[in-house]
Amino acid sequence: MKIVACVKQVPDTAAKVAVDNGKVAWGDAPLVINPWDEYAVEAALQMKEAQGGTVTAVTIGGPSSADALKHALAMGCDDAVHINDPALAVLDTQAAARVLAAAVKKIDGVDLVFFGKEAVDGNSGLVASQAARLLGFASLTLASVVKFDNGALRVERATDDGRQVVTAKPPAVLSIAKDYGDPRYPSFMGIRKASKAVIPTWTLADLGIAAPVPVISTLEILNPPSREVNCEIIAGTPGEAAENLVEKILEEKVL
Amino acid sequence: MNIWVYIDHFKGSVLPISWEAVGVAKSLGATVTGLVLGTGVDSVTQQAFEYGADAVLMSDDPALTDFRAEVFASTISSMEAESPDAIFLPTSMRGRELAALLAIDLKTGVLVDVTSVELSGDMLVVTRPIYSGKIFQKETCTSKPQIVTLRGRAFPKPTPTAGKTGEVKKVAAKPEAITNVEGYTASEGGVSLTDAGVIVSGGRGVSNNPSLQPPAGLDEKAAEIWRAQQGFRLVGDLASVLGAAMGASRAAVDAGYVPYSHQVGQTGKVVSPDLYIACGISGAIQHLAGMRTSKVIVAINKDADAPIFKLARYGVVGDLFVILPELTEAFKKKLGK
Repeated sequence: MKIVACVKQVPDTAAKVAVDNGKVAWGDAPLVINPWDEYAVEAALQMKEAQGGTVTAVTIGGPSSADALKHALAMGCDDAVHINDPALAVLDTQAAARVLAAAVKKIDGVDLVFFGKEAVDGNSGLVASQAARLLGFASLTLASVVKFDNGALRVERATDDGRQVVTAKPPAVLSIAKDYGDPRYPSFMGIRKASKAVIPTWTLADLGIAAPVPVISTLEILNPPSREVNCEIIAGTPGEAAENLVEKILEEKVL
Repeated sequence: MNIWVYIDHFKGSVLPISWEAVGVAKSLGATVTGLVLGTGVDSVTQQAFEYGADAVLMSDDPALTDFRAEVFASTISSMEAESPDAIFLPTSMRGRELAALLAIDLKTGVLVDVTSVELSGDMLVVTRPIYSGKIFQKETCTSKPQIVTLRGRAFPKPTPTAGKTGEVKKVAAKPEAITNVEGYTASEGGVSLTDAGVIVSGGRGVSNNPSLQPPAGLDEKAAEIWRAQQGFRLVGDLASVLGAAMGASRAAVDAGYVPYSHQVGQTGKVVSPDLYIACGISGAIQHLAGMRTSKVIVAINKDADAPIFKLARYGVVGDLFVILPELTEAFKKKLGK
């Protein structure tokens, strides 16, 4: 089975993110593989372990993004592709999906493409479904259980009102939710192998497409609306504190 | 200006965000068309009019019984000739997936999970949280229709007008499917976190009751979980008196105290209730990102320096195992339960 896992490099989630000169700044916090994408790599590797085949990690980004691919390789991916082109400096989700769909076509014969639920920077959660639509693949998002039997995928996913069981024939795009199960840590051998790996770089010319035009335009980056709260500490014995707190909450008229 | 609003429902039960979206579209002065897809959706259609839709595009077809994004998207895209200026959808699991596909079909973009919408000329400009709410971004979509998904509880819910009607236009479904829905399992019950007006959440501190003696024969980990379950029972008792949803911090979920579906925060659900009561949650930045837009935050924690108090309107510094039962009793008395 030919499997692709798409990953993105993002600032660490513990970073103190702030607006600096109209741009997002995260100080000296490290750049890491998007935590949700580790679940995608895990699901891709488990599928390969059960069905045989290869897992190729793919990313779009500047030179530093190769580290996200090395993490995926260290987890156990067979190879990686780094899409790096100055014309891709500004992307929205549909543009990213077009580039990734072109990469999946170039890799050729791909059965399954795994994504994380969303990237922790943009929080869009659209690229998996958009790549699926462009490729004409089934879109199976937010999967927490993924099985492959008799040539068909069987996926359980959380919906807004419960859980849905969906089946589809490959080729398909899946995005993986946290309750799939924890991703593995890179092994020592994996880290050694990844550090030596030579990762091919593809440009738009290699993909044979023109730069996709973004349609989402950012006008301004803002700090979150400030919460002017002064915390009022309710003192007294537990009984008194509880009664006073109930009074205060009822005065707020939020019940 | 013509705005379509996707009315998101599960077997006829409508997500309230759909009505909030209708309200936003009306407040912009737009002519609002509800998109109602499914089987047996007359009641949903009627409600759409009552909540403010001027017209409804309805597709009632067995192929639409279960939500399948590709079928729903193709059906909506086939109405493209009507050329709306914008399409609003709830930021629900279904709304997000549908928005993604529609943007590809209609060669446009999606403004995701927005918390405010304004009109600039004939274009919508929105604000939305990124980095899980640590940053906000003002943005627009330069092509039409502008597709927008709206965050639940970020906008007021309009008051319905009973008996209001309007023009229903029937649209044929595009039934070609590449996925098949085998079935559903319902939620575990309880109030859904994202729709909840009140949330009571527990954190790591909920397992820290030293006065509890776990049953004999449990190893250290099992004893910790047993303690946490006793603690979460107190959280649950308060939640049930308040008709609230129960939440949890990542630490509590990772430690195995409660299932992931309860997790609030950057890697869980982003919530915005009117009242959020945090019990034994210190307030890691990732947790705060998921609940900072709650209207009133109450923190109960034994550590007076816990970061959660910086966001809280009211705080009680003390032992939650003593305070929570008192609080539950006091609410019972006041609310006459």
